[in-house]
Amino acid sequence: MNKVFISGNHAFGEAAIRAGCRSYFGYPITPQNELGEYMAENLPKAGGVFVQSESETAAINMVIGASAAGARAMTSSSSPGISLKQEGISFLAGFQLPAVIVNVMRGGPGLGNIAPAQGDYFQATRGGGHGDYRTPVLAPASVQEVADLTFDAFDLADRYRTPVMILGDGMLGQMKEPVVFPEPIKNIPEKEWSLKGRGNGPSRYMASLILDTMEMERHNWELVRKYQEITKREVRYETYMLDDAKVVAVAYGTTARIAKAAIKRVRKEGVPAGLVRPITLWPFPKKILQELAQRVSQFVVFEMSAGQMVEDVLLSLEGRGNVHFHGRPGGVVPTPLEFARILYREYQRTVKSGS
Amino acid sequence: MKILNKWPKYYKKDVVTHYCPGCGHGIVHRIVAELLEEMDLGKRAICVNPAGCAVLAYKYFDIDVIESAHGRGTAIATGAKRVRPDLFVFTYQGDGDLSAIGTAETIHSANRGEHISVIFINNAVYGMTGGQMAPTTLIGQKTTTCPAGRDPKFQGYPLHITDVVANFPGVVYAERVAVNGPAGIQKTKKAIQTAFQCQVDELGYSIIEVLSPCPTNWKKTPADSFKWITETMSKEFPIGVLTDKRGSGA
Repeated sequence: MNKVFISGNHAFGEAAIRAGCRSYFGYPITPQNELGEYMAENLPKAGGVFVQSESETAAINMVIGASAAGARAMTSSSSPGISLKQEGISFLAGFQLPAVIVNVMRGGPGLGNIAPAQGDYFQATRGGGHGDYRTPVLAPASVQEVADLTFDAFDLADRYRTPVMILGDGMLGQMKEPVVFPEPIKNIPEKEWSLKGRGNGPSRYMASLILDTMEMERHNWELVRKYQEITKREVRYETYMLDDAKVVAVAYGTTARIAKAAIKRVRKEGVPAGLVRPITLWPFPKKILQELAQRVSQFVVFEMSAGQMVEDVLLSLEGRGNVHFHGRPGGVVPTPLEFARILYREYQRTVKSGS
Repeated sequence: MKILNKWPKYYKKDVVTHYCPGCGHGIVHRIVAELLEEMDLGKRAICVNPAGCAVLAYKYFDIDVIESAHGRGTAIATGAKRVRPDLFVFTYQGDGDLSAIGTAETIHSANRGEHISVIFINNAVYGMTGGQMAPTTLIGQKTTTCPAGRDPKFQGYPLHITDVVANFPGVVYAERVAVNGPAGIQKTKKAIQTAFQCQVDELGYSIIEVLSPCPTNWKKTPADSFKWITETMSKEFPIGVLTDKRGSGA
């Protein structure tokens, strides 16, 4: 297929349709409105269902209904709306129903603002709603990756029967870039477990209420085993200029793009900097950081938040290396020069300490 | 030999329900199960059951069932029915579920005219949580959270949500009935049958409000509960057809 010039929000929609998504339920919120609008325009043409719901809460519950009935289902929102969806995401996890949820993050807390931010990392990677569960979280850093990861998210959701979160931000949603889309999926495997009326077979039910504590515990451990499987098989990350790196930046999404530009800049000044870019935020790419810690002592975590992913970096390193954090919360998009200065300073510390 | 009564096909056998003696749920469950068989809907039916006393309905209905978070039933039903219009989708909800926490979902699914059937059990209290005040609690009625009786100065008035949605163009059929004796039970069955038929005929949204006894939380005998529905509750919530737009092309 040819390259098209398209915004991130439109690319989420187009990739979803190509991945066989035939139902989208959403409520308007900036900066992701173009995604819902794209679905309203294009999903019916593809034989799918678009419903503008009365609230984000209703939207995620429509997703539950559509997914339970066997359809590939999607919803999207931005930070405050994602908070409203958490009840439904907890139910999706409990029911073991696949779904794809896009969060085009904005500044917060509260209504915050409509500028790009990464303040929902904790919410996305720790489950977000009530109860013992996790959701795989994919973090695209370009519009091309928006297309690729959205496409993959539906497979991931179906394979593990789990809600999957795609964590973008206002920058990615609004930015236009050239994209080559994956070829549309021809056949989606039949979902044996879905509700389609009992027919002549036995009746089935989906319930998240499990009053017997031993049964509930068994269900919790079953979920944990699934999460262990996902942790074992689905970790994704990108590395950039790590071979000789003495200072390693860790950043995801938009921030990773800025960090790359900063690394190019400081390398011209002789600073051997590199990047680890987590693509899955949960499961988090621990191993690569642990391996790097054997030869690198300086880590710099960049985020458009007051410091959230930095905790996963610290947990991964288990006390090894020096971890420095530089964040800009509130919707402020940092510049490559700003990051370059931090990398330069941290490298000077390495040189001075002789490590 | 004429068979006068038999076990409904879509009602599980050898199961003791958790419902209290004299509760209306068992009666309405039986009616629904009979209709699913008589109208040949059981094979393609999905029931969305609520958070509330009927949360365990999947243990009794022998059809496909999905549980909903409190109040979200009609949103789940919307999702399922939109992607599988060939399925028969109905919700079974209580007054707290449908007319308090789920008010938005109720109003908007009705206003969209979703092709679903809604069974609304109104017993004027939160049953499962132990008899707290519901939106439908009558003026003066004592509950655990209005122990002196509902006072409209502080707790507002009983909410007539079925009357509200009956005004919507997308709501094809709305009726309030009561399980307060053999005649009421027969009328309830007829009303639910009409609602189910609206979905079969692809006419739109239908809702049946059932005034239903909760002897445990009303602190009355089952017989007195029937009497209270007849003499008191149905004065606040008059039984009858609230809208019938079949044939109007709605």
